[in-house]
Amino acid sequence: MADKTMTVEAVIGRLESGMTLGIGGWGSRRKPMALVRALLRSEVTDLTVVSYGGPDVGLLAAAGRIRKLVTPFTTLDSIPLEPHFRAARESGAFELMEVDEAMFMWGLHAAVNRLPFLPVRAGIGSDVMHVNPTLRTVTSPYEDGETFVAMPALRLDAAFVHLNRADRLGNGQYLGPDPYFDDLFCEAADAAYVSCERIVETAELTKESAPQTLLVKRHSVAGVIETPNGAHFTSCAPDYGRDEPFQKLYATTPYAEFAERFLAGDEAAYQSAVEAWHEEQK
Amino acid sequence: MTTTVQITRAEYCVIACAEAWRDNGEVLASPMGLIPGFGARLAKRTFAPDLLLTDGEAMLVDLDGTVEGWLPYRQHLAMVTGGKRHVMMGASQIDRYGNQNISCIGDWAQPKRQLLGVRGAPVNTLNNATSYWIPKHSRRVFVEHVDMVSGVGYRRAAEAGPSATRYHRLPRVVTNLGVFDFATPDHAMRLASLHPGVTVDEVAEATGFALVVPDDVPETREPTAHELELIRDVIDPRSLRDREVPA
Repeated sequence: MADKTMTVEAVIGRLESGMTLGIGGWGSRRKPMALVRALLRSEVTDLTVVSYGGPDVGLLAAAGRIRKLVTPFTTLDSIPLEPHFRAARESGAFELMEVDEAMFMWGLHAAVNRLPFLPVRAGIGSDVMHVNPTLRTVTSPYEDGETFVAMPALRLDAAFVHLNRADRLGNGQYLGPDPYFDDLFCEAADAAYVSCERIVETAELTKESAPQTLLVKRHSVAGVIETPNGAHFTSCAPDYGRDEPFQKLYATTPYAEFAERFLAGDEAAYQSAVEAWHEEQK
Repeated sequence: MTTTVQITRAEYCVIACAEAWRDNGEVLASPMGLIPGFGARLAKRTFAPDLLLTDGEAMLVDLDGTVEGWLPYRQHLAMVTGGKRHVMMGASQIDRYGNQNISCIGDWAQPKRQLLGVRGAPVNTLNNATSYWIPKHSRRVFVEHVDMVSGVGYRRAAEAGPSATRYHRLPRVVTNLGVFDFATPDHAMRLASLHPGVTVDEVAEATGFALVVPDDVPETREPTAHELELIRDVIDPRSLRDREVPA
């Protein structure tokens, strides 16, 4: 069986400008930030980003890498409004497909199941229908005759997710309270890349954890990357919580200044710069 | 005679929010905001013991924090579409038919002020009971027309047809001034009760559209002595409620 371990740089090397990229997690929770940071160091741009948005969207928006965003929201959770997403929207920086949270989920399910769409009782009556003029409705062929939104499949060229553990084959494990939709992102993508806190032997995955924690299966994974603290500054329970002071710094610092101090080097340089910043705060 | 207990405006708000979940049965109460959270917990401690509550993440918890269930987002969304939930959301804008906006202010194509996005407001309003909590009742929030319909109101639902109206229900809107509902022939917003000390004129002045005002507007009910004790000593001993709605 193939060893799928690779570096974040190798992952980015497989991406191309113009791709549709799905990003797992939710808001400022378990975001594959090390992969996003690696993407920021590359020339890859013109992306369609599909995400329950958090600072992943904020950073890519601030760096001008997004051509189109598909999202129901973008937030930092403890800080409700994502500053870079806001600024980008207010300057009309990218195209937006704004859909409801459930519509988004069913779009992923449709992609996973190789269906063109799935019917959803959400969206009709709201302005989601007006701002997305390509959305169509579908009428039930049964006697109820109800009309629903035909949520189109959110098929992805590539997906990034971050999990607590994985093996070298691509089996991914979450140990926190919520799987979010990371398995769907992986199965909806032509190539999914799983970063994790720690790569372990396959047998170790179920040594102390229930089998239900094995969220992502290797058949849906193209690459595995060990990136300790790789969701920073978002939460990655139970390994660590959100770095609230740092998130606040991110949200209140102009992007150029933030990027100069924290994003100029590689992932190791980022982690050292964060550590140094925390030292300064003591 | 006992001495008169001074009940604060925030405490009336807690009661008014709690009342939203009366007789709801065994459903998930999803309060968004501090005072709705206190209201839901008060309801569960008193007249609505069957309510389910989350810890704000993926756990269903009892009042003492005991985990009784697991509700990750994907199951939470199924609870919404299954209808066994009553959410109390916020609103950056709301209009007379209960259309709500949390997405953006101004022209959607390039908004003057980008907010959260529609989040789950479209799915909430079409599938489970949806109430609203607005801590600062003003003309900025209570507008003639909202800029981006996120939560669907009565008029829009009716226009969209039976699959939109089938499970659509907006039980109440609670603000720092009073309680509002849509119990009118055309589902236009009605003043249902005033918090003591607030006048009809004050509410009209703070509302950007003509409210339906009945001849006799009742006052929001007082908390019982037991409820007051629960609010002050058990549910919110640090008086965080006064920060959301100052006295």
